[in-house]
Amino acid sequence: MNNNRTAGFWFLALFFVAFVLFLYGPMLVIVVLSFQGPEGGLTFPLRGLSLHWFVKLAEGLGVVDIGAALKRSLGLGAAVMAFTVLFSVLAGLAFRKKLAGGNALFYVVVASLIMPSIIVSLGIGLEFRLLDNGIKWVLEALGFTTTLEEYGTSLGLFTSALGAHLTWTLPFGLLIMFAVFNRFNPAYEEAARDLGATPWQGFRHVVLPLIAPSVVGIGMFGFTLSWDEIARTSQAIGDVNTLPLELQGLTTTVTTPSIYALGTVTTLISLVVMAVAVGLAWGLSRKQKKGHHE
Amino acid sequence: MNTSVAPTLSAVTPEPGRSMAAWWQATPLTLVFVVFFLIPLALILMVSFWDFNEYALLPDFTFKNYISVFDGCGNTTDMCVTFKTYLSTFKFSFLVWLITLVIGFTVSYFLAFYVRSSGVQTLLFVLCTIPFWTSNVIRMISWMPLLGRNGLVNQTLVGMGLVNTPIEWLLFSDFSVVLAFVHLYTMFMIVPIFNSMMRIDRSLIEAANDSGASAWQTLWNVIVPLSRTGIIIGSIFVITIVMGDFVTIGVMGGQQIASVGKIIQVQTSYLQFPLAAANAVILLSLVLMIIWALTRLVDIRKEL
Repeated sequence: MNNNRTAGFWFLALFFVAFVLFLYGPMLVIVVLSFQGPEGGLTFPLRGLSLHWFVKLAEGLGVVDIGAALKRSLGLGAAVMAFTVLFSVLAGLAFRKKLAGGNALFYVVVASLIMPSIIVSLGIGLEFRLLDNGIKWVLEALGFTTTLEEYGTSLGLFTSALGAHLTWTLPFGLLIMFAVFNRFNPAYEEAARDLGATPWQGFRHVVLPLIAPSVVGIGMFGFTLSWDEIARTSQAIGDVNTLPLELQGLTTTVTTPSIYALGTVTTLISLVVMAVAVGLAWGLSRKQKKGHHE
Repeated sequence: MNTSVAPTLSAVTPEPGRSMAAWWQATPLTLVFVVFFLIPLALILMVSFWDFNEYALLPDFTFKNYISVFDGCGNTTDMCVTFKTYLSTFKFSFLVWLITLVIGFTVSYFLAFYVRSSGVQTLLFVLCTIPFWTSNVIRMISWMPLLGRNGLVNQTLVGMGLVNTPIEWLLFSDFSVVLAFVHLYTMFMIVPIFNSMMRIDRSLIEAANDSGASAWQTLWNVIVPLSRTGIIIGSIFVITIVMGDFVTIGVMGGQQIASVGKIIQVQTSYLQFPLAAANAVILLSLVLMIIWALTRLVDIRKEL
């Protein structure tokens, strides 16, 4: 609409630049500060340039085992990614057809997306604690005293925490699938069916290649959302901690640039996952286009 | 992002024998939300009426927890802790909502109507969303070297002679909490508003121009009403996030500022689950009322 670069354009462009600086500026500051020399502190000026604080980080920060937390977060992120992709794609396919109760399910999914995380987390924590009570009661009633003594809790990384993360990642996955299938031309599938393809063949050879780039996107959403999640994990994880939870605890105790080094490392992992996903999605859609021309 | 094909939530090709398959396909997702969302919410409601001691939850039906939440709130001269906490939570919600709305709308407006090349548009949009994918805690602590007593801002101000002593209220204050929220969650405003704006038929704006409307008149009478859905969806996200938050308020408030989410978190750490559950039920009812009021203004289903 605005063919002339008016004063309005320049004002808005400046506003946009300021906003981008606001978004990225602080992040750049901690990345820069994490490369300080051994004398460096938490603020400017930069004292020397080294990998000292990354070495310190690798040695561990006080009582916190960063390596173990990192492994837990990576493992959980991978599991969340796999389940998010699988369940979102399946449900996306389901919603293309007439689905009894589909409306109710849709509202539940949206409700989960906008529900304050602390409430979901508290509920899941409660659920598993009550489950523990039930299991202990059953063990006692049956007289399995040794098992009872050894029994800890059902709260854990791949039980309650996994479920908590899925309530956050699946709504994103499902909404992406809706967007994908809104644009999807069912004629391709019908053609496959007319040529005698079974539903599975139609999905495997026609639908999946077409939606593949978005499926990779859903995987990226799943991993990165889980990788950074705190609020939904906080009450639902039990005795162990994920990396973001450890990090949250460290903000009050660690007073060296090691914490910035940790920030740099986790940010880098997020960015690498994003880059891989974007590259993969791009490659897949290119392959698809090439296929069309042949 | 901006295709506006009719929603396919309802039936596309209802074929006999296929609805069974659809049902199976939806089952895993449904189960996740039943087990990890609906049942937990029901349990919160149930446990909020339970009794407890230092060691265990005691099944019961008592209003004790709710009464203890509002203990002393009948007193009109001195506000009780619960009301103070909610008031402070509402204050943050309102401030963050207002600021993210203004920034989100302006940024979306620039991207949607002033950037002419769609490639540049996508690039700039992605640029805004990348920080969303990095850890919230990292983004919070990244303010500390800037806002601290010896931080960059204070160093600059003192260096320039604008202030004599470092400003104390920059960090661990209401200011830093709001700043962090805006930094973290403006994206939740930009995405839905930008999405709404991209669907506006450009001929409507030309028509407004041809009819002699000024840029302001077009903005106010055409673009704002047609972006309503995005504005409301973004508002719901930002308000629900801030209402339930305890991490941002904890880290950026130096663990000194109360919020409803923080109360729930502290109570669970002392294993006072029924009390935490009662607080969660109250918070949830308030959030639902706000969302209900907002959704009176728009049909979300139609807009996907």
